[in-house]
Amino acid sequence: MILAGLLGCAAALLLTGAAALALHGRRLAAPVVYGVSLVATTIGLLLAGRALFSPDLPGGTLSLPIGLPWLGAHFRLDALAAFFLLVINLGGAMASLFAVGYGAHEETPGRVLPFFPAFLAGMNLVLMAADAFTFLFSWEFMSLSSWALVMAHHRRPGNAAAGYLYLLMASFGTLALLLAFGLLAGPSGGYEFAVIRQTPPGAAVSAVVLVLALIGAGSKAGLFPLHAWLPLAHPAAPTHVSALMSAVMTKVALYGFIRIVFDLLGSPAWWWGAAVSLLGGVTAVMGVLYALMQNDLKRLLAYSTVENIGIVFIGLGLSLAFQANEMQAAAALALTAALFHCFNHSVFKSLLFFGAGAVLGSTGERDMERLGGLIHRMPRTAFAFLIGAAAISALPPFNGFVSEWLMFQAILLSPNLPQWLLKFLVPTVGALLALSAALAAACFVKAFGITFLGRARSDVARDAVETDGWSITAMLVLAALCLLAGILPGYFIDALAPVIDALTGSSLPRQEQLDWLTIVPIAQSRSSYNGLLLFFFIALAASLAAEAIHRFASAAVRRSAPWDCGFPDPSPATQYTAGSLSQPIRRVFGTVLFRASEEVRLPPPGDASPAQLRVRLHDIPWDVLYAPVAGVVGFVAGRLNALQFLTIRGYLTLVFGALVALLMVLAVWQ
Amino acid sequence: MILELAVQFCEMLVVLLLAPLLAGYVRTVKARLVGRRGPPLLQPYRDLLRLLRKEVVLAHSASWFFRGAPYLVFAATWVAAALVPTFATGLLFNYAADMIAIVALLGTARFILALAGLDVGTSFGGIGSSRELMIASLAEPAMVMVVFTLSLLAGSTQLSSIAGFMQGPGVGLRVSLAMALVALVMVAIAENARIPIDNPATHLELTMVHEAMILEYSGRHLALIEAASFVKLLLYVSIIACVFAPWGIAASGQGLGAYLAGLAAYAGKLAVAGFLLALFETAIAKMRVFRYSDFLGAALMLGVLATLLLFVSRIA
Repeated sequence: MILAGLLGCAAALLLTGAAALALHGRRLAAPVVYGVSLVATTIGLLLAGRALFSPDLPGGTLSLPIGLPWLGAHFRLDALAAFFLLVINLGGAMASLFAVGYGAHEETPGRVLPFFPAFLAGMNLVLMAADAFTFLFSWEFMSLSSWALVMAHHRRPGNAAAGYLYLLMASFGTLALLLAFGLLAGPSGGYEFAVIRQTPPGAAVSAVVLVLALIGAGSKAGLFPLHAWLPLAHPAAPTHVSALMSAVMTKVALYGFIRIVFDLLGSPAWWWGAAVSLLGGVTAVMGVLYALMQNDLKRLLAYSTVENIGIVFIGLGLSLAFQANEMQAAAALALTAALFHCFNHSVFKSLLFFGAGAVLGSTGERDMERLGGLIHRMPRTAFAFLIGAAAISALPPFNGFVSEWLMFQAILLSPNLPQWLLKFLVPTVGALLALSAALAAACFVKAFGITFLGRARSDVARDAVETDGWSITAMLVLAALCLLAGILPGYFIDALAPVIDALTGSSLPRQEQLDWLTIVPIAQSRSSYNGLLLFFFIALAASLAAEAIHRFASAAVRRSAPWDCGFPDPSPATQYTAGSLSQPIRRVFGTVLFRASEEVRLPPPGDASPAQLRVRLHDIPWDVLYAPVAGVVGFVAGRLNALQFLTIRGYLTLVFGALVALLMVLAVWQ
Repeated sequence: MILELAVQFCEMLVVLLLAPLLAGYVRTVKARLVGRRGPPLLQPYRDLLRLLRKEVVLAHSASWFFRGAPYLVFAATWVAAALVPTFATGLLFNYAADMIAIVALLGTARFILALAGLDVGTSFGGIGSSRELMIASLAEPAMVMVVFTLSLLAGSTQLSSIAGFMQGPGVGLRVSLAMALVALVMVAIAENARIPIDNPATHLELTMVHEAMILEYSGRHLALIEAASFVKLLLYVSIIACVFAPWGIAASGQGLGAYLAGLAAYAGKLAVAGFLLALFETAIAKMRVFRYSDFLGAALMLGVLATLLLFVSRIA
């Protein structure tokens, strides 16, 4: 029974969390906790893979007499849950492996070790839940355990505020989901997913549920403009937890959205697709532009998560639009692209966060302006990070390109959509997707180039040492996965087929029998891509060129000072910095979107003080959306505070007045 | 099968061998247009050979990435060029990469080169990379929109099918095609570092983009990067020729005569395109850096408009 095994893994993780409390202060605590987490998530990964790759196996349902007395706790394993279980347990296993080495840097292990396995267990339980109560309980458990991890270093400046905002947004999101499930269950109160599925709500209720799901799951995933907490909270946690939150927890949020909208809500209306894909497009471009403006490596990665979530939502929106118009094959293609991108993002984002963690562990720095030249000191980390950067920039032959390619193919099928709004919207979304892909490449040139290339910008960067073997292993495994999914995408697409089939009633043609492992989403005459051949040709051409040149021309090398147009300056301060590298892009896009302004202050002649360039960026959603709400809440709270300092007579009058008012309401009501 | 393999191999060699000639031809025509004699037509080959034989002078701060990058840039560009139909469509490996993948392969080459510009840690490398990234962030989406336009018309993203469609009777005169052509030419100019975006002949540091990025390269590394940029110019000319002037291109399995005719037609197209490029470059002045976004934004808008027109005019 696979489901029971997976639940057992979750229970083992919970127990490990409890055991970590008992082990507090022991030296062996960290390796034991991370080791057990590694084993449990690996077993979970294998079980989920078995469930996904043999769809004839009975998925199984299970109900346990815990939770609400009249409801119990229901669990179910279907293809969708199995796919996401595979993604999160892969991410969890890699994070545990990385943490076996990285955890040694932790100065307050007592604040991390109990919550790490609990967080993993919470995510596993969300995916297996088959009733609203269990789902929301696990969801909240996941949120709170990750909040505790964000607060692990709560004394560092900014972290407490980040944790507070995260807590607020997480509660707000859960509230929205609670209302969504309330509407889905209807007045009869059927909270089991199986019951909800049989009684799809009417059009108006469905629309409200869609909006609530967008708010609830979207705020957790980082959908613009609900993303504000994400770039603050994700980097605040210890790095292996940042990787889990950014690469894995956002996938749980996407699962929640897919479960509600694609599975429980019945057949979609066409405008759902329009709304979701437009939100996705805006999220993608805004996310990557924010990322480009960052100088903090971990925050850059967190903003890039926002971008990738946007890309996934574009695919989901397209799939909804196609489904509403009964174009099942196209819907299957768009959903395949979205889910494949989910998997890809979890792989390369984990890898990139691990790289950032290795840098942080070795130098104590996240600020790229104080890094540089690490490729000499940490060559293996640099290599793995480079692969991840190329993959996330959607460059062939890596995996990020394949999912974006599939997304473009889905967009090219959409002129047949009958609605006029969609006809205008989909090409726009396509342009936003293309723009975000190009900007992502620029963003990761910055992330890799400033951190690892060039000359060291500080003493800590100059004296960095390569990270430990566990961390390197985790990074190299993920880098290999990036390449494998890029050159053999057919197998990954085939593995997704049962999921797609369950949600859209159609799936892509089988890919694995095609010649040379090409992928052909629709028809050979229409489009095809072969990552394996491209990889092979590039490798062949590069090695042929190297061999021919070294043999017949010259292989001589002489080292000297850099040329730099004849004026090499020994100071590393003359290099381009993170801020200056993205300055042209800031000038082009930022003047409108961030109301960016630059102020140059040159000292007068004779004054030896340094010149200053001050760049001011505005976070417009924050100024427009969050700041007013926070202001109103603060104002009202301040006024209501007066109620706490009344005299006894004042309180008595207040109670009496309230009683009279309630009685009057009651009288009018009847 | 053997013939197809041979043709594919020929294609790979043709793009590699013709590319420096095209670059030399454009230089010569430009020189003649401004009344100079100009370098000999074969000068680019001599330059490449000379560079290949020289030793590499490597900065102390250069890493393994800096040494590997030229090979990867060259290989990615060459593979992309070999997959574009030049004198024949339906090449053996055409299906491995459609137009989107070819654009993305060029993106890979640019990603590596922009990183290589940052590796030594000098200010000129940074200035080149930074500007190149800004140009690419607008040029690449514009190119994708052009691909959208073409593939919506032809019902395929494969260049061979698009070329076949453009040869057929179903094309006609279309506004969106004209917009796509203008956008594609603008992108090609920007991507190949030609005037008005960049000046391939300049050696004034502050005006250059591509040349600044590769300033620290020498010897065989520089030769590879130069060869890659020649191949890239040829690639863009080939794309434009195969989509907008597909006449005379040989279809697969038409026999040796058709291939030879295709080759002759291709040489003719290169000559015309090279002449037009030289003419354009002599007639126009270089732009300021922060005007690039206007130029490329116009290309992007043209691409989006062309796609939108097709979406809207399609009757469901």
